[in-house]
Amino acid sequence: MTESTTTETVQTIIAELKNKPGALLPILHGVQDTLGYIPADSVPAIAQALSLSRAEVHGVISFYHYFRDTPPGKHTIHLCRAESCQSMGSEKLEAHVKATLGIDYHETTADGQFSLEPVYCLGNCACSPAMQIDHEIYGRVSAESFDATINDLGADA
Amino acid sequence: MSSTVYVSGDSSAISLGANRTAAAIVKEAAQRGIAINLVRNGSRGMYWLEPLVEVAVKGQRVAYGAVNSNDVAGLFDADFLNGSSHTLSLGATEEIPYFKNQQRLTFARVGITDPISLDDYIAHDGYRGLKNAIGMSQADVVKHVTDSGLRGRGGAAFPTGIKWNTVLNTPSEQKYIICNADEGDSGTFSDRMIMEGDPFVLIEGMTIAGLAVGATQGYIYLRVEYPHAHKALNAAIDKAYAANYLGENIQGSGKTFHLEVRLGAGAYVCGEETSLMESLEGKRGLVRFKPPLPAISGLFGKPTVVNNVISLASVPVILDKGGDYYRDFGMGRSRGTLPLQLAGNLKHTGLVEIAFGMTLRELLYEYGGGSASGRPIKAVQVGGPLGAFVPESQFDTPLDYEAFAANWTVLGHGGVVAFDDTMNMAKMARYAMEFCAAESCGKCTPCRIGSTRGYEVMDDIINNVDREKNVVLLRSLCDTLLNGSLCALGGMTPYPVLSALNHFPEDFGLTSHTNAA
Ligand SMILES: Cc1cc2nc3c(=O)[nH]c(=O)nc-3n(C[C@H](O)[C@H](O)[C@H](O)COP(=O)(O)O)c2cc1C
Ligand code: SF4
Ligand code: FES
Repeated sequence: MTESTTTETVQTIIAELKNKPGALLPILHGVQDTLGYIPADSVPAIAQALSLSRAEVHGVISFYHYFRDTPPGKHTIHLCRAESCQSMGSEKLEAHVKATLGIDYHETTADGQFSLEPVYCLGNCACSPAMQIDHEIYGRVSAESFDATINDLGADA
Repeated sequence: MSSTVYVSGDSSAISLGANRTAAAIVKEAAQRGIAINLVRNGSRGMYWLEPLVEVAVKGQRVAYGAVNSNDVAGLFDADFLNGSSHTLSLGATEEIPYFKNQQRLTFARVGITDPISLDDYIAHDGYRGLKNAIGMSQADVVKHVTDSGLRGRGGAAFPTGIKWNTVLNTPSEQKYIICNADEGDSGTFSDRMIMEGDPFVLIEGMTIAGLAVGATQGYIYLRVEYPHAHKALNAAIDKAYAANYLGENIQGSGKTFHLEVRLGAGAYVCGEETSLMESLEGKRGLVRFKPPLPAISGLFGKPTVVNNVISLASVPVILDKGGDYYRDFGMGRSRGTLPLQLAGNLKHTGLVEIAFGMTLRELLYEYGGGSASGRPIKAVQVGGPLGAFVPESQFDTPLDYEAFAANWTVLGHGGVVAFDDTMNMAKMARYAMEFCAAESCGKCTPCRIGSTRGYEVMDDIINNVDREKNVVLLRSLCDTLLNGSLCALGGMTPYPVLSALNHFPEDFGLTSHTNAA
């Protein structure tokens, strides 16, 4: 996306949502849903529309783990680190995932395919260990099923 | 007549391949020229049997599970559409003991209806509670909720009727109903199952709350990790508006109630009600000082009811059958039923809704079937990441708020995570401190600084650096957290930490003697 279409996209989202009570989170979600992240240069426009300072908008973005200010890879893997998944071996799975992708949390593979983020429970604790890739959720994930899943996703890249 | 086949659209069922199973069924039926009607229902909550496939045969549901896509052709060959036997046969769904022995009041429809069919909802006793509420005075609606004995299912177990009464009696031109759907606790998924499996019951409960206290606007604050619930809620809300169950002059009552879903953004602390309201107002989720109570000055400074999903979803049955009906379940001051969530290292993980009073041991072994690994269960964490680790010696505690509190444990939102004897409890204690540090809103020093110090101290203990001195330090840090925190994130992190230390000193490299200090 070029710079001007990005600005246009952000302006459209702002115009659509700014009159809602407590509009900031809905706008940030709108921007991240559309662009994959919240570009630094969208902050002034959001701040202006809501009569906030840039620092305030920035403070909100950085408070919430979900919002990101850098572009993600093509697919984002959210790996659950919480207790139920730990009880079913998520630590081993985590080591396998990091080794396979060659990245740590909050990083993106060099080919831009996968970003890795930790998550604290996906509500899939009856099927631990769990992960989410983009909007799809996976349960009882093993090293083998993880490999098969990312191979499938890599194949339709 | 075409057969009706049910394959759950619940996200955990999908995580085990339910979409592939459903697609295989549709494809196989088409190839064989058989007309079927496929319904994506909620989950029955027996996750070791998902993907569960059910067929309606002579007014009864017959189940098969777990059915993977490559089992589907075999099911057709065996004539499963007429309920015939197959190696995956489970018999009548409602005769499976795990399901049969439950008392499903709040979850009455989950797994049975098509979640986003309003007709189905109404055909299964939906909107009867609202109809009754419309015919009553506001005070009488609140009285039913008070009489039911319902206590908040989000964790603090505060009586719902008392909260509603405060909002009813606080005059204001604008009031709000907030549904807390942040469900951040590990080991919990009952809110998710209701929202995906019977979203109308939550909408009805919130509408009744609005009528009862005089609020015309509701928000569901939903965690962003629940995209399937988000879709189901929005679809159901659209249908409720279209059929005048939301909006203005609801069903000719002259009452107005609007409802909107708002998404969180991955902050655990935003499940705390005042942090949640800050977030809804578009700010960082810093916890507010209390007073004022949200019931008096809440969202945008207006009187606000904040209730958990399960609390609100329990309201329709209470208004349908009366406060007394609900109160007749349970024990002591814990009235009604609690949807328990069995998670972690258990053979039969899933949802068990049952009256308060059963022991934890019965739950773990009779329902949970013992550990999945086949090894002894060492401890269970009840009540989420801020809940204590409960050792085997306390498994005979009845599931009751007061009985749990007497053991320095918490029932909370009813999540139960089991750990086998390969787990190291010192590592779990370290994790609890790390979690507190990562999720702290930063408003108070003990929580912000103490938790970081806490996991450093835990590292030293684990690595045997000045171990005994550091255990003393850990205990004093926990004291500070317990007494000096504004909210339960800092205030309850000592529960998992100290319970691990007190019950499993050997995991910290201590003998019970050295730990007694
Ligand atoms: C750190 C923290 C996280 C919380 N998370 C949740 C949550 O995810 N869902 C919830 O319903 N209550 C949560 N609570 C409890 C709420 O503050 C509040 O008590 C509850 O929403 C009130 O509803 P209820 O009376 O129906 O339980 C949390 C509390 C704390 C301190
Ligand atoms: S205890 Fe922690 S999370 Fe709670 S208000 Fe204080 S700093 Fe914030
Ligand atoms: S703890 Fe991992 S999904 Fe809940």
